[in-house]
Amino acid sequence: MPLNAAARRDPAWLGRVGLGVAGLVLLWPLLVATEFKPWLLLEPDSLRVTGRFVGSFFPPAFSGEFLWMLARETWRTVAIATAGVTLALLVALPLTLAATRALSVSALAGAMAPLPYAVRQLVRGLLILLRSMPELVWALVFVRVVGLGPASGVLAIALTYGGMLGKVYAEILESGDAQVTQTLLRNGATRLQAFAYGLLPQNAAELTSYTVYRWECAIRSSVVLGFVGAGGLGQQMDSSMKMFAGGEVATMLLVFVALVALADRLSAALRRALG
Amino acid sequence: MKPARKLPPPLFSARCRACWLVAGVLALVVASFASLDLKLASFASGEALASMGRFLREFFPPDFSAGFVRKVVEGAWETLAMSALGTLLAAWVGVLMALPASQLKLGRGLARLLLNALRSVPELVWAAMLLISAGLGPFAGTLALAIHTSGVLGRLFAEAIENAQPGPAAALRAQGAGATRVFLYATLPQVLPQLMSYTLYRWENNIRAAAVLGVVGAGGLGQLLMFHMGLFQMDKTATVLIAMLVLVAVVDGASFALRRWMTR
Repeated sequence: MPLNAAARRDPAWLGRVGLGVAGLVLLWPLLVATEFKPWLLLEPDSLRVTGRFVGSFFPPAFSGEFLWMLARETWRTVAIATAGVTLALLVALPLTLAATRALSVSALAGAMAPLPYAVRQLVRGLLILLRSMPELVWALVFVRVVGLGPASGVLAIALTYGGMLGKVYAEILESGDAQVTQTLLRNGATRLQAFAYGLLPQNAAELTSYTVYRWECAIRSSVVLGFVGAGGLGQQMDSSMKMFAGGEVATMLLVFVALVALADRLSAALRRALG
Repeated sequence: MKPARKLPPPLFSARCRACWLVAGVLALVVASFASLDLKLASFASGEALASMGRFLREFFPPDFSAGFVRKVVEGAWETLAMSALGTLLAAWVGVLMALPASQLKLGRGLARLLLNALRSVPELVWAAMLLISAGLGPFAGTLALAIHTSGVLGRLFAEAIENAQPGPAAALRAQGAGATRVFLYATLPQVLPQLMSYTLYRWENNIRAAAVLGVVGAGGLGQLLMFHMGLFQMDKTATVLIAMLVLVAVVDGASFALRRWMTR
């Protein structure tokens, strides 16, 4: 039976159209604030510049010397990410132990005592502060203090990721079954013993899996950090772009996409192996 | 008879996969530190710490004069607008690209490849490239956010659409409804809460990204930060940093509240 005209009409059309119009009205200030003028992209001047830049992508630069330099910079990008995450672990571990409620002795008897509670909230606040500053900003600050070079990138990743890891570690430790740890603490184990024999074996797989995932993210941000002078692929990409060397940019984009895909696969495989 | 005692397992054996894994990770870490030449020891020296302390002291007191605060608020609004509009555009494009990417047709592989390519180039790199055609300013930043985020959202949306219950769509199709109406009235209402929650989550990420996009000249708070830090006006830099922290906290709070309101 074919549907008649009345049944074809959307019964809720008035509300939907109303919402759509309201959305467009709200959208207007956003368009003004972001100077959203897509037609500027289609002006002959900008089209010509864009066309020349994109046209110079072909052929990508594949000379031996350039590829060798690229391999070195790619390794440096990975190394900055790895060193940064390692230092972040060193930052995160003590803060996690200080912040997690799972290791509170006073909470065994009901509510946590006021002083330990205040200390834990303080450490938690520090972790939030560390991670809500984007790593690029940390890197900018460190470039001012320690000069250009990989050290500023490593320190930036160490601080931001230290905050992220610490916060999530503390939450992972609190989310599991608390009974084993509490039994250990009740029977006179120290907090470190309770952590090593109660919490850690229970949560090791989840903690490792999250760390591997963050390492993958760190590779992505280490490329970006190169743009403010921390070395690696990003710095080369920045200078090639400033020289309008499209062929080099194209090769680097390819390398970059491959690197991210590789890290993605590796981290997925590792996390699956951890189960 | 003596009770059988089990020896503890050896520390390393060729058959233990976890041992190889740990050895590999250790090798990677050692190689990273060795090849980077970080001179971390020199940071711990008294002189370096003193200069760090001097540097940090210059941040205080932050510049809260009315004129500058107004400038920072304008920058913050620009950043907010960039992140919101970028995310919104990305949600639209994401839905459009998720449709072919979730279908069992020829377009699937192509759409997924495109989404992956968009996703794996970071916002900042897109912004640096878009500056060439869109010029300095927030427009390039908005486009960069939209491009990267549509890669991320497209993939998440495609997965959500694939995982939707096929029943309602099949019922409509059996009644003779076309593909568009099947999507609009059967699939979309099912996955809409999930799509909204993904979009809000990306908005939280994008506010952080938008804050730093200005570093390459794409507008917002980052541009103010670069400008004043370049002139070593640390009191003004401190104000911009505080504004960034506040903005991120406000958006996190708003997104959390919205998500709870929607899932209630």
